[in-house]
Amino acid sequence: MSRSDDKLLLANVSRRGLLKGLAGGAALLLAARWDLGLANEQAQFGAGAMPGGWVDNPNVFIRIASDGLVTIINNRAEMGQGIRTSLVMVAADELGADWGQVRVQQAEGDQGKYGNQNTDGSRSMRHWYDPMRRAAAAARLMLEQAAANQWQVPVHEVRAGIHKVVHPASGRELGFGDLAEAARELDVPGRNALVLKSDSELRFIGKESGLINGELKSAYPKAIDGEDIVTGKAIFGADIDLENTLYAVVARPPVYGAKVKSVDDSAALKVAGVKKTIRIEGTGQPAAFNPLGGVAVVATNTWAAMEGRRALKIEWDNTPAGDNADYSSDAYRESLEKAAQSPGKVIRQSGDVEAALKKADKRVSATYYMPHMTQAPMEPPVAVVRIENGKAEAWAPVQNPRATREGIAGLLEMDLENVTVHQTLLGGGFGRKSKPDFVIEAARLAKEFEGQPIKLQWSREDDIHHAYFHAVSVDHLEAGLDGEGKATSWRHRTLSPSIASLFAPDPKHKGKFELGMGFNTMPFSIPAIRLENPPAPAHVRIGWFRSVYNLPHAWAIQSFAHEMAIAAGKDHRDYVLDLLGPGREVDNLTVGDGWNYGEDPDLYPIDVARMRRVIERATGEAGWGREAGKGRGLGLAFHHSFVSYTAIVFDVEVDDEGELTIHRADIAFDCGPQANPERIRSQMEGACVMGIGIALQSEVSFKDGVAQQDNFDKYLIPRMPNAPKVVRVHLIDNPDDAMGGVGEPGLPPVAPALCNAIYAATGKRIRRLPVGDQLQVS
Amino acid sequence: MINLTINGQRHELDIPDDMPLLWAIRDVVGMKGTKFGCGIAQCGACTVHLDGVATRSCVTPVSAAKGEITTIEAMADDAVGRKVQQAWLDLGVAQCGYCQGGQIMNATALLKQTPKPETREIVDAMAGNLCRCGTYNRILAAIERAADTEVSS
Repeated sequence: MSRSDDKLLLANVSRRGLLKGLAGGAALLLAARWDLGLANEQAQFGAGAMPGGWVDNPNVFIRIASDGLVTIINNRAEMGQGIRTSLVMVAADELGADWGQVRVQQAEGDQGKYGNQNTDGSRSMRHWYDPMRRAAAAARLMLEQAAANQWQVPVHEVRAGIHKVVHPASGRELGFGDLAEAARELDVPGRNALVLKSDSELRFIGKESGLINGELKSAYPKAIDGEDIVTGKAIFGADIDLENTLYAVVARPPVYGAKVKSVDDSAALKVAGVKKTIRIEGTGQPAAFNPLGGVAVVATNTWAAMEGRRALKIEWDNTPAGDNADYSSDAYRESLEKAAQSPGKVIRQSGDVEAALKKADKRVSATYYMPHMTQAPMEPPVAVVRIENGKAEAWAPVQNPRATREGIAGLLEMDLENVTVHQTLLGGGFGRKSKPDFVIEAARLAKEFEGQPIKLQWSREDDIHHAYFHAVSVDHLEAGLDGEGKATSWRHRTLSPSIASLFAPDPKHKGKFELGMGFNTMPFSIPAIRLENPPAPAHVRIGWFRSVYNLPHAWAIQSFAHEMAIAAGKDHRDYVLDLLGPGREVDNLTVGDGWNYGEDPDLYPIDVARMRRVIERATGEAGWGREAGKGRGLGLAFHHSFVSYTAIVFDVEVDDEGELTIHRADIAFDCGPQANPERIRSQMEGACVMGIGIALQSEVSFKDGVAQQDNFDKYLIPRMPNAPKVVRVHLIDNPDDAMGGVGEPGLPPVAPALCNAIYAATGKRIRRLPVGDQLQVS
Repeated sequence: MINLTINGQRHELDIPDDMPLLWAIRDVVGMKGTKFGCGIAQCGACTVHLDGVATRSCVTPVSAAKGEITTIEAMADDAVGRKVQQAWLDLGVAQCGYCQGGQIMNATALLKQTPKPETREIVDAMAGNLCRCGTYNRILAAIERAADTEVSS
């Protein structure tokens, strides 16, 4: 695990120090930063290491019409994180565009042209902030050059204002629209020629607006799709309306890997509007993004297709599913809990844990369980595909248009160029729509209807039964404390099926990126540490769920740290600050395998000082230490994920009947520089509510390989009464570090903080999620 | 033949009696603002007004949809609906936005019935509308903001 020489060289130059120097905004420094960034980023880390990399050519992303209308091309999926607003805002600010004259256009799926478009991993702003600013700065320079040419003055005498270029010496000015045609003919300036705006020149970037902790600072006018959303005009995947469309639903095997044995479709074909049934062969296990197989019903409207499906008589053959047909959540949990009692594959080790445990004055031990869950975006999977003259065209709410294109091209044996993917708005994603299986399934059906669009609609039951489930997890921890309650040893065994089982023969162990999500990167300063990963086989499709394996890791570690504090008789906050130790930068390569969310460990170390700061801020804002009163308590948890830092404190009350009220959540968040604080707040608020569901309600359980929850009556997600009465988000002002992720890091600490608060209020320790009726007084 | 009056316009449709109003609106009439989320009246994404009452169109057969049907597409022309929409915009309520049409329909029906609801009444009235993005605190704040806004006639 040694670093290459050029890495060391770069480390010596200290890109981070350079970044910190940027606060002054000197142009030369900016230019230097880009060059250094380019040399490294395109090689190993960050945006440059992603398939397709980054693109900063203004001609790709920015169009200016002669009437002055500026169109910014957005190359990332919009699924509620607000990227269509925030990224466009970044470009518009740097360009100097008048917000009223800015429009957004969604890029088609084309990574060759637009750079990486796979919208997951909380990467959109972190990877595209710099390229979009460069693209806009280049466009601004081209407009200035066009004006200088027209006025026949040196370019340094002109400057761009808001939506115009002025020549102060003569008082002349021309609008962006007037200059657009001439500017377009100019060469794109080199990156070294670019001078980005200084912070004081910015109008949108980093500026607070909208609702801040219950107070409206200023109405939030910038939401690009806001008006369309509130008037019902926004186009999601399900809203694509092409002439001559046929509608389809699919009956899929209830057990992962099963196949159709026989089908009687005679009654289905008699349903008014049903046109055809189609038997789909699944590709078996591992399924990756391929259709699961089954029987499709194609009709003149969605309802007729659903009625037709209801009338199908299908016999399933579970033989190819193997032992998936015996999969039961209860038995599986017991098997993992048993396996957790024995040593597993060693992931990280320092000191002699067993010896330290034997010597300990006190030993603390606990096992935590987190069940399968499903993303359940409000818009269930849906896609429209039309195949005509050897070309396929898809319209769908997908997070990863590239994988969608590849999947369709693979299925239809077409060249990639013959497959077009139009990305609609996503009615929620949360990882579900990273998997384009539903679009590939629609393409399979469209193959049978040359020239006719097929809209494949998944029902909510389909969505829950045939999800890419969040991995079920058992985490077993044991710690030794000395006479003062100080931790001397820490042993953590984590067991979950791996997402890798979706793509290859089941490895039965978590992979690098899974362990790197808060398990091996655990930053506590304890003399003896051993982290192990015993095996856990997969029996269903396992997939990404917002913040992924950070969920069980944070849930277990943060719950356990609280249990240790209780055992030591110490205040929880004081205890975890002591566990973390003094502020320092933990090198990912020394604590983990350096996966680090794909980011440069020099730019993005695990910064204990930042971790401490969010803990101190959240507890401070929440009034930590105050007298809570009977049945009331505060609970804390924190976590580092997607190279950002989150801490949360809940103030809860549990009454005599076991009824829980969440009075308040105080969330402190540090993602480094904030492009659009307003949308960062909204992501934190939303993650808080989603996390409450993970803690209290959400579970998909299996019996005989079949998901036992059908719809929102059984698969419970938060409703308005479950939300905290007050959610306060405290953004850490930290422009000097490198930008971190936003969409996911708010989620992992929510469940443990809530359960720790429940303990503080009641003395009841929750070790199995969801809480469900565990608080009910019998 | 089924007759539906949607946003003041009459539609004569050749559809079965038991087709849910949702699919008649979406697939047959072709208006897409009303969303499918669950099909069993658990999420509220499909909420329309039937004679002013918030109604889950996914479980309402077209044969029972006798009366004035109003959808999200008509809310901008409704004094209460517009102030609710404006409050949503002012507070940046929406994240993905998929459920928000249904939320606005439900909130508008509430404010027409109860112009100055207590917080508790709002929470109770909105409990049937799911938002997976978790925008509930802003939805609540927006309804309170709309309730405090006088309707311009």
